[in-house]
Amino acid sequence: MIELKSPAQIAYMREAGRILADAFHVCRDLVKPGVSTLEIDREVEGLIRERKAKPAFKGYRGFPATICASINEEVVHGIPASKRRLREGDIIGLDLGAIVEGYYADAAVTLPVGDVSDEARRLLNVTRESLELGIAECRPGRRIGDVSVAVQRHVEDAGFGVVRAFVGHGIGRALHEDPQVPNFGETGRGPLLRAGMVLALEPMVTMGHWEVRVLADRWTAVTVDGSLAAHFEHTVAVTEHGPDVLTADAREAA
Amino acid sequence: MARRRGQFPEEREGKKPKDDAIEVEGKVVEPLPNAMFRVELDNGHKVLTHVSGKMRMHFIRILPGDRVKVELSAYDLTRGRITYRFK
Repeated sequence: MIELKSPAQIAYMREAGRILADAFHVCRDLVKPGVSTLEIDREVEGLIRERKAKPAFKGYRGFPATICASINEEVVHGIPASKRRLREGDIIGLDLGAIVEGYYADAAVTLPVGDVSDEARRLLNVTRESLELGIAECRPGRRIGDVSVAVQRHVEDAGFGVVRAFVGHGIGRALHEDPQVPNFGETGRGPLLRAGMVLALEPMVTMGHWEVRVLADRWTAVTVDGSLAAHFEHTVAVTEHGPDVLTADAREAA
Repeated sequence: MARRRGQFPEEREGKKPKDDAIEVEGKVVEPLPNAMFRVELDNGHKVLTHVSGKMRMHFIRILPGDRVKVELSAYDLTRGRITYRFK
């Protein structure tokens, strides 16, 4: 069942979203060659707790950390570790979640570490753009399939792959609520969007084939062909006036 | 954090191995109606067995003389379930 959220509920989620936006600001400065993913995790956890919020991922189905840090061919859900140090030319996906008064926000970006190849930069741009195109479809009267198609078309036109094994999701009083929001689909299919729905849109895009597998740690998803992968995510409320991005960074004026 | 499509392994409902069953081997001696068989176990006991649903699904035929693996019910040692046919 898809639960509609009241403006008051959405306000809590926006508060959680702001914390994430601020955390990403810190991450942007932090992401440099030599930094370990665990150090980033510690910083983000400190910031979230300082703001009287709770990390959303820690303990979720046994996930051991505050952030998911996924480097290069890792698609999503990489576990931070002191041994995983960033190197020049890597791309790192950072996925963050926070809980305020029981309400969740979920967002992710993929950042370049120092100078990266032109192809990697194109992968990041296409993935970010596909998220924007998906968000633009988040208005009453559209269907989930319209969101999916907007993302899929942009990604596949660029020659990249859309991951099938993981999807976006409704979000609110739980991290994962209905509906599922795939990044592939058909126009006019799927649940009808209504004002008050809140969705986490998250294109996961590979430079090669879309097939992924989960490593023995039961979390880290990697591309089967070893190609680079990027992941961007926003928590978006559907309103009468169109999409309202709850995890947007006010300072970016996006 | 992305949602996994499909169920998580720990949520999956399904056949769990029956931990109160006794696994033994024996030889089919007689086919009976309703896809039941009389099996003589290696210890000499004769038990009434049926073919496990999984084996039926895969059309594994059982004939007299086949060696089979049987799970005995811990509650009624005269009945069991054929879970494997040796080639």
